[in-house]
Amino acid sequence: MAPNISPLIIFIASIFTSNMILNNFLGMCSYLSVSTEYKTATGLGMAVTLVLVLTTAINWPIYTYLIVPSNLFYLQYIIFIMVIAATVQILEMGMDRYTPDLHAKLGIFLPLITVNCAILGVILFMVIRNYSFVQALLFSFGSGLGWWLAINMLAAIREKLATTKLPPGVKGPALAFIVTGIMAMAFIGFSGIFTIQ
Amino acid sequence: MAAEKIGANFKRNMFTENQVLRAILGICSSLAVTNTMKNSLVMGLGVAFVTGLSSLTLSAMRNVIPHRVRMLVQTLVIAAYVIFVDLLLQAYMPDISKQLGPYVGLIITNCIIMGRAEAYAQSNPPIPAMWDGFFAGLGYTMILMIISLIREVLGFGTVFGFNVNFVGFETWTIMIMPPAAFFIIGSMIWFISARAAKKAARQAK
Repeated sequence: MAPNISPLIIFIASIFTSNMILNNFLGMCSYLSVSTEYKTATGLGMAVTLVLVLTTAINWPIYTYLIVPSNLFYLQYIIFIMVIAATVQILEMGMDRYTPDLHAKLGIFLPLITVNCAILGVILFMVIRNYSFVQALLFSFGSGLGWWLAINMLAAIREKLATTKLPPGVKGPALAFIVTGIMAMAFIGFSGIFTIQ
Repeated sequence: MAAEKIGANFKRNMFTENQVLRAILGICSSLAVTNTMKNSLVMGLGVAFVTGLSSLTLSAMRNVIPHRVRMLVQTLVIAAYVIFVDLLLQAYMPDISKQLGPYVGLIITNCIIMGRAEAYAQSNPPIPAMWDGFFAGLGYTMILMIISLIREVLGFGTVFGFNVNFVGFETWTIMIMPPAAFFIIGSMIWFISARAAKKAARQAK
């Protein structure tokens, strides 16, 4: 049975109190490598949010009406990852054909997203927590926005840091981690508002 | 391409080119499971197992996979081994399986595995590829153990669940929360790259 939490609370909690990056460490690879420029970070954040909502909307019915009734739990990882890969591929082709502007902006990020842990992570959380369709949708949307928020914050900070003098060795990923740590500490402040596990 | 000696491969994957610290791969899971040492050990060995076997399989098939669909094949092979690990954990260590939660399934998207498949298994025979993958996984395990040792000792005052808090210091709650993981791995990368930079500067003289 779906847990008895208002979808709206799940939505807000997934942005702030259980942020994908700052709390669950999901999607770190692209978060670190694509966060040196604010504009690119925005593009990636948008693409992740879009793919998250789409794949969750497709994977939820597949899980509920195909995997559960036919007891295919051992195949669920393969099914989920295939659905994600296929969705990203179709989305990319569709964008290329119908919205070339958007494709020029988001296209390069789409292949990256297939292996972004945040996408598979959200779907696995949805399965483990037994969300209903509406809950799952708002959860994925909130998680995407939370991810977007975090990468934008980091990119904004890194743009400023690029011009400062730093001790040797700290430049690059090391500093990004420490900045993220400070951000995560700030986000702990939200944890009193709502909690979803 | 001349095959690398197993010993040299071990050293390269564990220390000089450690996947986590030097290539910044596999970060997601290395941070999430490091609040206790037991979880880190299980997770690390799981990754080493999957990386080794998927490198072996992919290297054995490297001449028959069409270039265009190789990502797809790699993902499928990796997913198959991850399912194996997941079922094994559920059957023999249900507690740990519950604690690791979605992170076992997330081994599929661990970039280290894909990275080794692309960078090494693609162009090397199966047996060396298997060792390469396995050692890369062990290097990852080592980093996980170091981070979790720091977090568990300071956060719970225990090592593998045994109490080591003899002097009775106040445990740091921050250590079991997410920010500590970011700080520790950030400092480790800082330390390693500062040392590498110094070494390079000395050799240049």
